[in-house]
Amino acid sequence: MRESLYRQAEGIDANGFVIQDERFVGLDNYRDVFTGQQADLFWNAFDNTTFFTFTTVAIEIILGLAMALVMHRAMRGRALVRAAILVPWAIPTAVSALLWRWIFDADGVANALLGRQILWTADGPAAKAAVIISDTWKTAPFIGLLVLAGLQLIPKELYEAAHVDGAGPWRQFRAITLPMIRPVLVVAVLFRMLDVLRMFDLPYVLIGNQKHSVETLSMLAFNEAGNLRYGPAAAFSTLLFCYVVLVAFVFVKLLGAEVIGQAATRRVRHRRRSAARRSRKTATT
Amino acid sequence: MNRHLHPGTRATAVSALVVASLSLSACSGGSASHSPSSSPSTAAARGPITLATGKDTSGNLEKLVDGWNAKHPKETVTINELPAAADGQLQQLVQNAQVQSDAYSVLALDITWTSEFAANRWIDKIPTGIIPANTFPSAIDSATYRGTTYAIPWQSNGGLLFYRSDLLRKAGISNAPTTWTEMQADCAKVLALPDTEGASCYAGQFDKYEGLVVNFAEAVQSADGELFDKDGKPTVNTAESKSALTWLVDRFKDKTIPAKSRTYQEENGRKEFQDGKLVFLRQWPYVWDLANKTDGSSKVAGKFDVAPLPGKNGPGSSTLGGLNLAVSSFTKNKATALDFITYLASPETQRANLLATSQAPTLTSLYDDPELQKKFPYLPALKESINQSVPRPKVVRYGDVSSAIQEAVYPVIAGQAAPEEALSSLQKKLEQITTP
Repeated sequence: MRESLYRQAEGIDANGFVIQDERFVGLDNYRDVFTGQQADLFWNAFDNTTFFTFTTVAIEIILGLAMALVMHRAMRGRALVRAAILVPWAIPTAVSALLWRWIFDADGVANALLGRQILWTADGPAAKAAVIISDTWKTAPFIGLLVLAGLQLIPKELYEAAHVDGAGPWRQFRAITLPMIRPVLVVAVLFRMLDVLRMFDLPYVLIGNQKHSVETLSMLAFNEAGNLRYGPAAAFSTLLFCYVVLVAFVFVKLLGAEVIGQAATRRVRHRRRSAARRSRKTATT
Repeated sequence: MNRHLHPGTRATAVSALVVASLSLSACSGGSASHSPSSSPSTAAARGPITLATGKDTSGNLEKLVDGWNAKHPKETVTINELPAAADGQLQQLVQNAQVQSDAYSVLALDITWTSEFAANRWIDKIPTGIIPANTFPSAIDSATYRGTTYAIPWQSNGGLLFYRSDLLRKAGISNAPTTWTEMQADCAKVLALPDTEGASCYAGQFDKYEGLVVNFAEAVQSADGELFDKDGKPTVNTAESKSALTWLVDRFKDKTIPAKSRTYQEENGRKEFQDGKLVFLRQWPYVWDLANKTDGSSKVAGKFDVAPLPGKNGPGSSTLGGLNLAVSSFTKNKATALDFITYLASPETQRANLLATSQAPTLTSLYDDPELQKKFPYLPALKESINQSVPRPKVVRYGDVSSAIQEAVYPVIAGQAAPEEALSSLQKKLEQITTP
């Protein structure tokens, strides 16, 4: 944080030696991020980070949920399925990124399956897709397992009662499963969002450095630090940190608070509704 | 900062480390640039030293060091292996220099880093008369910053044109092409042969990384242009650069260069060539051994040859690669360090290293050695390539120059930007980077 308020002057003296002096520049590093030469890079990285966060988390939730439901059902060999599904999650990200790099090679499996040549690892929209696909492959199982744990806590009687009441599978899912696993789901989404927001190794290894279509805020900070501009690097890192905090805060406020106060709000809503009904009745009479 | 930032991302971890190291150096009083600790007492000091270098994949460096250690039991050398990736090495070396640590005595520097280390006074001057007489002038140039020598060239490297001599012969061509036009004409003949279906003409390293800078610089130099003039001023917005870039773009368009080579780094292209799908390939000499393997990994063993790179109007020019050895300004036993790099750069050691690793030496005499030529038939072509080579820009902020070039050139070869605009904005960008 302190470093982000400083900048190295990069002067060179008459003999070609670097004159290093670290200057206090106040908020100049931050101003540059938003309006200076770095602005384009910053906003591009910011957009990418945000884009990846929302797309991957959304896809992962749906897939993870589906996986959990399947695992919950399958009785025989469930342990095996669970172990198998955990493998992608257990592989280090850099390794799985390399793995996908081969798959997305110009002559790789992906293109062989599609029957056409897409340059996945070149800088472009295909690179974004490649990152989303491999990130989903890796982390959907994580959500699946968390959700599975939630599913296993739901008492069987609830379903039996619903069955007796004549509720179909979809209705059971909406009325029992979803509300019951909601707390787990919220935690899973929060974890994943914070994870994607600081995504670094996957695009770095899979697509490469300097490729703007997948450059995230972490990569940007890494590059700046690599080029010995610690002030701007620290500013980028601090901004990323603020962004992560903001997202986490908003998320907890919006969903987390409701999880805790769910019963209370429902009661309030119920009371309000019956009050409205009563007042309507008095109005008609 | 350590505490406040979210742990886990490498980027933040790195910047946190860097901040820590900076505050450390601030505590130790004065910044690195103002107090090069080369007091006379250390300049003559002897004792154990360390060698900081990238991953030694051949295993031969250890043998060379063992040879030294056996003769100098009181001045032993320990190898400090840095990460395999170049940017990881640079980062570690820079961090060490910034805290003025004496952990590394001898630094193996990629030739593009030498200027940065010299300008920051992180490495010592090399006394005159130590560099062997028949070292390539371009290699000595790469170890020199503003007229002063700061390192001893140890390994060299130059780009070569690998070509399918068997196919060329079949098409009735006896010599390797020396110009771009000849190369294209040769391709037209070769690709008309029935057994070259699915093959492409030419590839280099065109992914968006340092390799693109190398290939672009070679195209410009081979069209008689230059990226930077003698005074270090950028000169990319010229007719020569434009014709070079236009040539690349047009070859991508007419598929002389296959589109997928926009994702090629060294290894992808090598594989393609070994699978027999390329007629010409711009590559470093290390490919020679691998492509000649007869264990089934290469389909072109014994069917190819090498030549210097072709150019626009005549023979082309390669980008110089290689490693320089320098003495850290902050180490204690500088006399030993200097002796040790003299030993590594000596003709005997370089010869042994060439035989063991096929790593290109920096001494011209080794390229003329008939015995070595017999074992490494590419040596004459490589010698010519290195003689015609140009070191990459000797600028303090090389990393920024490299990014700027990648940024400008990549969209052009992808057909998303016009050469003229890209080069004029690159010129402006490079002027910004190089003027303090």
